[in-house]
Amino acid sequence: MTLSPADPVEDFTLPDTDGNPVRLAAADADATVVAFTCNHCPYALAWHDRLNDVAREYAPRGVRLLFVNANDATRYPRDSAEAMKARVDRGQFAAPYLHDESQAVARAWGARTTPDIFVVDRDGVLAYRGAPDADHGDPALRAQWLRSALEAVLAGRPVAQPETEPVGCSIKWRA
Amino acid sequence: MSGPRVELLYWEGCPSHPRALADLREALASLGRADVAVSLQRIDDENQARAAGFVGSPTIRIDGADPFPPDAGEPAALACRIYELADGRASPTPDPGALRERLERMLAERG
Repeated sequence: MTLSPADPVEDFTLPDTDGNPVRLAAADADATVVAFTCNHCPYALAWHDRLNDVAREYAPRGVRLLFVNANDATRYPRDSAEAMKARVDRGQFAAPYLHDESQAVARAWGARTTPDIFVVDRDGVLAYRGAPDADHGDPALRAQWLRSALEAVLAGRPVAQPETEPVGCSIKWRA
Repeated sequence: MSGPRVELLYWEGCPSHPRALADLREALASLGRADVAVSLQRIDDENQARAAGFVGSPTIRIDGADPFPPDAGEPAALACRIYELADGRASPTPDPGALRERLERMLAERG
């Protein structure tokens, strides 16, 4: 299954790196960004600072960002819960980093790559899905596609470009 | 005497190899070695990855030697490989300047 813009999203609860359950709860924020990411992918790492900047800059405006790692850590040990926690402990995340160990959320949302970005409005409807911006190699782009989507959602306007092609490493599904 | 054997090993699950191939060919051309053919080797499964010592896509080899040698013990993997740009940022492809420098040195060592 793959979510498309205007689809209602499924709520979820996933543990953060301390084991605390974190719920999507879309109604609790003006907009929520769910960013599927991981530890071992150069595309996810290249875009990571831009996503952290979005988390910090938009939090005061009622936007919540959740990073989610769904990769199979059995075959990709760099994506283990321990490795996730180590990155959080090093201060590399400006928002919760959640572990989708069963991959149920990634499957339900149709996540394909790391990163794969989903923006959900307060009503739990998908407003944007795709890449943060047009080029992982150009930090000056500042996750502009994501920012444009957030500006539209916060203003109550339709997102002009509600879907772009996610670019990155494939999600590492369990065999 | 035959020329150097330049290979690009890649995995289709990672979208970085077209860029890596273009950068590799550009580096060779800038060194006056546009005549050197780049051999593409696709890695399709974990058995092939292990057999080839493939630690991620893309991997470049010059006569079997990696211009960006992975850490000792780096496991074979069907994954995108992480390179570091000159400014320290992570990248799915090698820094073009570093690639050119290392190619130049390795090609010179091989005559």
